[in-house]
Amino acid sequence: MSDAISESRVDAAIDSVQPLVAIRSLSKYYTRGDQIIPVLLDIDLDVFPGDFVALMGPSGSGKSTLLNLIAGIDKPSSGELRIGGVDIVLLADVDLAAWRAANVGFIFQFYNLMPVLTAYQNIELPLMLTSLSRTERRERVEMALALVGLTDRQDHYPNELSGGQEQRVAIARALITDPLLIVADEPTGDLDRVTAAEILGLLDRLNRELGKTIIMVTHDPKAAEAAHRMIHLEKGVLVH
Amino acid sequence: MYVALLVLKNALRHKLRTILTVVGIVVAITAFGLLRTIVDAWYAGANASSSARLVTRNAVSLVFSMPLTYAQKIRQVPGVASVALANWFGGVYISERNFFPQFAISAPSYLEMYPEYMLSPEERKAFLTDRTGAIAGRKLAELYGWKIGDQIPLRGTIFPGTWTFTLRGIYDGADKGTDQSTFFFHWDYLNETIKKQFPRRGDQTGVFVVQLKDPQQAAEVSEAIDATFKNSLAETLTETEKAFQLGFVAMTEAILLAIQAVSFVVIVIIMAVMANTMAMTARERYGEYATLKALGFGNGFVALMIFGESLAIALVGGAAGIALTFPLARGFADAMGSLFPIFFVSEDTLLMQFAAAILIGVVAACIPAWKAARVRIVDGLRAVA
Repeated sequence: MSDAISESRVDAAIDSVQPLVAIRSLSKYYTRGDQIIPVLLDIDLDVFPGDFVALMGPSGSGKSTLLNLIAGIDKPSSGELRIGGVDIVLLADVDLAAWRAANVGFIFQFYNLMPVLTAYQNIELPLMLTSLSRTERRERVEMALALVGLTDRQDHYPNELSGGQEQRVAIARALITDPLLIVADEPTGDLDRVTAAEILGLLDRLNRELGKTIIMVTHDPKAAEAAHRMIHLEKGVLVH
Repeated sequence: MYVALLVLKNALRHKLRTILTVVGIVVAITAFGLLRTIVDAWYAGANASSSARLVTRNAVSLVFSMPLTYAQKIRQVPGVASVALANWFGGVYISERNFFPQFAISAPSYLEMYPEYMLSPEERKAFLTDRTGAIAGRKLAELYGWKIGDQIPLRGTIFPGTWTFTLRGIYDGADKGTDQSTFFFHWDYLNETIKKQFPRRGDQTGVFVVQLKDPQQAAEVSEAIDATFKNSLAETLTETEKAFQLGFVAMTEAILLAIQAVSFVVIVIIMAVMANTMAMTARERYGEYATLKALGFGNGFVALMIFGESLAIALVGGAAGIALTFPLARGFADAMGSLFPIFFVSEDTLLMQFAAAILIGVVAACIPAWKAARVRIVDGLRAVA
């Protein structure tokens, strides 16, 4: 299955006219007792390689749920969800974990760094699932640290870094495996305006200079302006 | 390697919690080891006994003696190699608190039967040729600071009067399971003296120790000896030395069972404490586990981290507990004087302590690891927010 995932990555990279993310009739329901609570209803969406998409909407509109489904950390109730040609809905949990490791970079609102690991070790963490040698891992981590401007902070623990620096470590961690897709859930939600602008600038660079496809959930219109495309969700339905 | 790094760093994350848990495990493992050692000490006499020796006593009770003339009849029973006499003396050395076993023995035959009591040829000769001579085990001699030639007075309780013996030898045990806390003197001396004071108590002995030609014949020889004295004034009960020793253990079986139960209860309690610690630890880290899973690490990795941390804490506590058992056991043995003649931490006890530490680590991690492995990524990530 991992080979199939790798092959699909190559196919997707070659065939840039095909959508990287293809969502068809995607729905998600929660059940509470006898009650069925719809969260996403019949979503159709394409995201193309190199896109920088902002998913917007009020609280409870389903934007984070949609992001979670795209990132492969939640399962839809129905519909089709192809990423890089792979219908991830059909993947078993173990294969889905391998697929995420190879294809998705995560940026969270609260950074989600391992507090017991240094900045260097946090960035290196996803590479532990690869077959890269220690030297290769070091080269990659040093490049990522340089890209986010934290070379001098590599031995610092998360509690020794500012919020903006922590988020830059998280961005470096998201990049380190060179994933097809970066998903960011409110990446500036916990930052002041100046630091938020720095982080958005960094995401913009990743998109423009490295060609990374980014899907970002935000409720902040200022943050959404950094994206090339805005998608609005209301009550689980795409409004445009 | 990376797992080990994460496990180590996570284990040291809440230092106070980890230290307190380790201290709890140290106490539990040490207590477990000490209690097991006490139980072992109880059985030490039985374990050290030889299968080639029988003990013949009065069938009514050990309190009643048997005529000396039985010795000759026992010697004639087929399968018997030799017979020795032994009599419990029950004297008091200075104070009642200074308890140690004392036996009047038919020295030449008895020492021949017990090669595990090792005496130098000079000391053996000195003992055998001195009617009021005595020998003592190395531990006993060290406990009271006795030296060869010392006069040792014992106040008789069963045999009245003050009996003074000259220490002619200090024996060593052939192995660490050999009792080195017993005091032996000549049965002849006891018999001659008591005959003068109470003629009717003369020529009697408490037990006959029988050396078998073939240990396989223990049952047949025992039956034959007892049959010889059937319907006599003092019927006999012959059993193997081990069974004889276990008879004493059986008198205190309830205490032993209680000690054994407590030793296991201690482990169960610390298991519950450790499980609580690991459950708290895991609950606090659901967000981190969810992040690891989102990054592609599997449920097994998360479970492995929890098991690793739990085992690391349990093994550190276990190792410290095992190490602490030795000085504590020594201190306990010293405090008990010669109440436990054989008192050492056995290899079996060490293995049980090690196994208990592993069991604590594994059991404590089971439920937290299972829960952490099952936690949905989205639910775990919500815990961070």
